[in-house]
Amino acid sequence: MAADHLDNYIDAVSKALALSVEEAWRPAVRANLDVSLRLARLVDEFPLPDETEPASVYTA
Amino acid sequence: MSANTDGLSAQQIAQAVTDRKLSALDAAEAALARIAKHDRVLNSFTDVTADRARATAKAIDAKIAAGEKVGPLAGVPFAVKNLFDVKGLATRAGSKINRDLAPSSRDATLIERMEAAGAVLVGALNMGEYAYDFTGENVHDGPSRNPHDPSRMSGGSSGGSGSAVGGALVPIALGSDTNGSIRVPSSFCGVFGLKPTYGRLSRARTFPFVAGLDHLGPLARNVGDLALAYDAMQGQDADDAACTTRPVEPVTSLLANGADGLRAAVAGGYFQKNVFPEALEAVSRIAKALDATMTVELPEAARARAAAYVITTTEGASLHLDRLRKQPNDFDPAVRDRLIAGAMVPAPLVDRAQKFRRWYRAQVLELFKSVDVIIAPATPCIAPKLGQVNFVLDGVELPVRANIGIHTQPISFIGLPVVAVPVPLQPMPIGVQIIAAPWREDIALRVAHALERMGVAAAPTPRGL
Repeated sequence: MAADHLDNYIDAVSKALALSVEEAWRPAVRANLDVSLRLARLVDEFPLPDETEPASVYTA
Repeated sequence: MSANTDGLSAQQIAQAVTDRKLSALDAAEAALARIAKHDRVLNSFTDVTADRARATAKAIDAKIAAGEKVGPLAGVPFAVKNLFDVKGLATRAGSKINRDLAPSSRDATLIERMEAAGAVLVGALNMGEYAYDFTGENVHDGPSRNPHDPSRMSGGSSGGSGSAVGGALVPIALGSDTNGSIRVPSSFCGVFGLKPTYGRLSRARTFPFVAGLDHLGPLARNVGDLALAYDAMQGQDADDAACTTRPVEPVTSLLANGADGLRAAVAGGYFQKNVFPEALEAVSRIAKALDATMTVELPEAARARAAAYVITTTEGASLHLDRLRKQPNDFDPAVRDRLIAGAMVPAPLVDRAQKFRRWYRAQVLELFKSVDVIIAPATPCIAPKLGQVNFVLDGVELPVRANIGIHTQPISFIGLPVVAVPVPLQPMPIGVQIIAAPWREDIALRVAHALERMGVAAAPTPRGL
């Protein structure tokens, strides 16, 4: 995602989550988000069957 | 003047205490003296619980004097990463924020079990803030330092645990491992570390990071001590929802079985890329000793590491969301900025990471039909210098922090048991992961023990003290 798009996204989500992002932190937050989304994309593009269960732990 | 227990293993201390050749109090005083002497350099302790240690030790000595039975860790000093609840202390988890918490009213389950076996808690250990760290650095408490070269990192996030055991201040320390936080400091500090199967050891009354990935385990200077501590801590616990209900499976008596008949293979592909020659040399020595000529490929390991990263950053963000809203300036800025970014990752991507985890687990478990242990680097490099930001590998400049855990993350992601064994290279040691199938800690520990007996794996005497 281009930097300005990420900045718009950061503005929108931080507002929705009531998280303040000071201007001084923005470059680091943007860089971290860029890494997170890049790694998430690596997972996202891997095809999995619809029936795949998530691995989160819950026992009734 | 306390007895000189320097260099004694936990097993030797327990034997001497049980045989009345050494008092538990003298063993505790000796540990406290080592801490007083060397921790000015190492900075591995954030709290020294001297009064408690003396009281616990005296109680053990009284039991022995009364002819009562004492446990297999009688009089053994140990310490815990400061995310463990210690009665009377605020559980700081490496943070500034948590220092305002009320003092804990009860010890963590694993501390209770260690002390029930006769061990003596001497303090709480430095760590990376909220365990989101691979360096052992801490902006609030200062870095814990490497016992072989104090200008280098201890590794994180259980940095104080690695530093205290590597520096031989205590024979055993407990740490936590979400993505590598026991195995990385074990590698950098040259000690043995056990990250058990996910769910094996109770996490009750410890400060969490990522519920689905958090493990606790011991670090020690030899495999016998590691097994002794592990055996003392096993058992179900209703206070940890993920803790197994499997029966206790003691390993200490199995160590002597050795590695004969076990099939070992080296992890190829992803695990042989982006590594320094020292890591390859260490893996090669271990493979040679185990006669491991086969290579196995953990499928999609890079994606597994990516998925672990995504789950970690998002679950970590969820855990700390209120603190990020109310006290953002009280965080380590580097941790804060990672967590804020984690809060912004869309939910479907996290769900896909959890689904990928299920797929990857099934693929890797297939490998264990043809091998018993898989050998992989614990870290791609020896301990970097404190504050080091980048390193150059194959002519490419790479960020240190982001790359320290690349070989541990794809393993803990699916909860496999691992013993990190130290290979005593010069000038700095480096660790190798001995990875087994779920619930087969016994196999990983047997192999580690065999390597120790062969002299291939060993915790070096602290070179920087």
